[in-house]
Amino acid sequence: MRTAAQGEARSRAWRLWITSGPGLFWIVLFLLIPSGVMLGIAFFTNSDFGSPVLPLSLDSFSQVAGYGILGWSGANFTVLLRSLLQAGVATSVTILLAYPLVFFIVTRPAGLRPVLLLFAIVPSWTNQVVRTYAWMELLNPFAPVSHVAQVLGIIPPHLGLMPGNFAVLVGLSYNYLPYMVVPLYAAAEKLDWTLVEAGRDLYASGARLFFSTVFPQTLPGLLSGIILVGIPAFGDYVVPQLLGGDKAMMLGSLIADQFTFSPDWPYGAALTLIMLVFTCVGLIVFRRLTQRLGGGEGAML
Amino acid sequence: MMPGAVMLPAGPQEVTAARGAISLSGVTRIFAGSIPAVDHISLDIQAGEFFTLLGPSGCGKTTLLRMIAGFETPDEGRILISGKEMQDVPAHQRAVNTVFQSYALFPHLNVEQNIGFGLRMRGVRKPERKKRVDAMMELLQIGPFAARNAGQLSGGQRQRVALARALVNEPEVVLLDEPLSALDAKLRAELQIELLRMQKRLGMTFIFVTHDQHEALVMSDRIGVMSRGRLQQVGPVLDVYEKPRNVFVAEFLGLSNIWAIEPLGGGMAAAPIGMLRIAAEIGAARMAMIRPEKIWIYNDTHAPQGRENVFPGTVREAIYMGASTQYRIELGGGGFVLALDTNNQAAERSWRPGEAVAVELKAENIMLVEA
Repeated sequence: MRTAAQGEARSRAWRLWITSGPGLFWIVLFLLIPSGVMLGIAFFTNSDFGSPVLPLSLDSFSQVAGYGILGWSGANFTVLLRSLLQAGVATSVTILLAYPLVFFIVTRPAGLRPVLLLFAIVPSWTNQVVRTYAWMELLNPFAPVSHVAQVLGIIPPHLGLMPGNFAVLVGLSYNYLPYMVVPLYAAAEKLDWTLVEAGRDLYASGARLFFSTVFPQTLPGLLSGIILVGIPAFGDYVVPQLLGGDKAMMLGSLIADQFTFSPDWPYGAALTLIMLVFTCVGLIVFRRLTQRLGGGEGAML
Repeated sequence: MMPGAVMLPAGPQEVTAARGAISLSGVTRIFAGSIPAVDHISLDIQAGEFFTLLGPSGCGKTTLLRMIAGFETPDEGRILISGKEMQDVPAHQRAVNTVFQSYALFPHLNVEQNIGFGLRMRGVRKPERKKRVDAMMELLQIGPFAARNAGQLSGGQRQRVALARALVNEPEVVLLDEPLSALDAKLRAELQIELLRMQKRLGMTFIFVTHDQHEALVMSDRIGVMSRGRLQQVGPVLDVYEKPRNVFVAEFLGLSNIWAIEPLGGGMAAAPIGMLRIAAEIGAARMAMIRPEKIWIYNDTHAPQGRENVFPGTVREAIYMGASTQYRIELGGGGFVLALDTNNQAAERSWRPGEAVAVELKAENIMLVEA
């Protein structure tokens, strides 16, 4: 006999499928299956034309580790470390830019805030390639900014601020700033200002007041921002491709090359997997860290 | 001076007395483009006093409190705390601590860290800090929750933590912004007594803001009744209740019957309910007030004969409130009076709607108030 409790359990299971179904479908179709295919490709051998052929081998992974026909080279590690560093520094730059910007916006009259926020976001609605080309115009050897840098002796004469690591950093920071601003704004907008007053009342001021009352309240937004900026910046392709040049290559470009110029699909697939692993491990470590930091409150995602 | 009495040195004594005293003179705060929230308030609060600012919401009492705390700057006037001018002293440098209406406990800190926050910011070393925080938690019976997060506490517990967080710093003045308004009636009554006991024990000046007249009566040494940014009356609880200065105070604090009067000379005045003898010197006064509990009610057959200020009437409404019953009585002349009678007799002997009664408004119980 079917009891009421069983009926309840059944309808709850049904609701669970209805609500999680579309998301699951999406993840399986566009994440798990392609990743599975990638994983498969990585274990094939490269043909002369770059396509994966039998027999199965681990050649592509030893390629990732730096072993090639010319012996071992640290180039891949350099690219990986550079990608991590660039993503890290770009994330820090967006944090430093976003905090003052966000607090400038939230302290304006309520009617003005959405407009100001829009100004910060609108650029991200135009194509990333177009915006990056604009930076090429601004930083190339003939641009006024480069002239100033040449005169000040920051860069040698006849060279520009691009291509190079600096230009990539600028491009990445510029590109991903809105993804830091939005979650931080969401956190700052519902900031409980009486906590700030309580801090002042209890003898805190300046930086100590900020870090003991404002910062903890914006932490969830900041953590979301770090994920939203750090991960795409780590794998970015457009910016290092256009602003970077050979000496500023990042992981995204290296992978893209394996599917276009080289081509070497198994090697590209193996690189992609390594990147996925790095991202996942980073996310897990980060989540653990934030749970400990935020007293059980992880990043908003 | 009595012979043999010991003269205490006056100097240091005076300094000690001033610690925690507050002096406001002409304090005004006007928010952009509106009427003054606080309008030329001058007030002296003694050290160690439990002073209550009482008034309806929007009367400016919280703004005044925030100016004392340093969260708002007066547009005019001076604020002195312990004799020191506060004009250029920012909130974090004032020896004043606030208990916020919303408690404002730091959610990322536990109870112990919340209470120790002020001491930490002032650079008190950890062993000393721990000792003082522990003592305060002991005093307020919150020791068992020391390691809990602010979010895991009940309303009453949060209230205690907020209080402990302020008191542990041993401030000269404690400001309390409706700290009990979010609690249920029973807990509120408990905490009122506890707060009062704590204040007497620690001897700090407490400035308490509330819109609850009952709370103000229970707790305060003196109260200041505020309305529209102005102080309407300041004085000991008893004075303000028994001798309200104006109609606003009479109506805000307790129940009252208020009539416009026309003096007739010889201590007599004409009121809408009839001729009244008034013991006080009428002078220029044009309003009279009597508290409902000061009105005598008689069965119409037992009404005193040949006395002034006795009016026949009919009970129109009887609201039983346990200890007392509140009557609305229509008088012969058409006016109404509100009268309160203690239920010290058997309940069946109280009056019911429709019953004929007589009320006596004794001349000495009638107060003259300003409009």
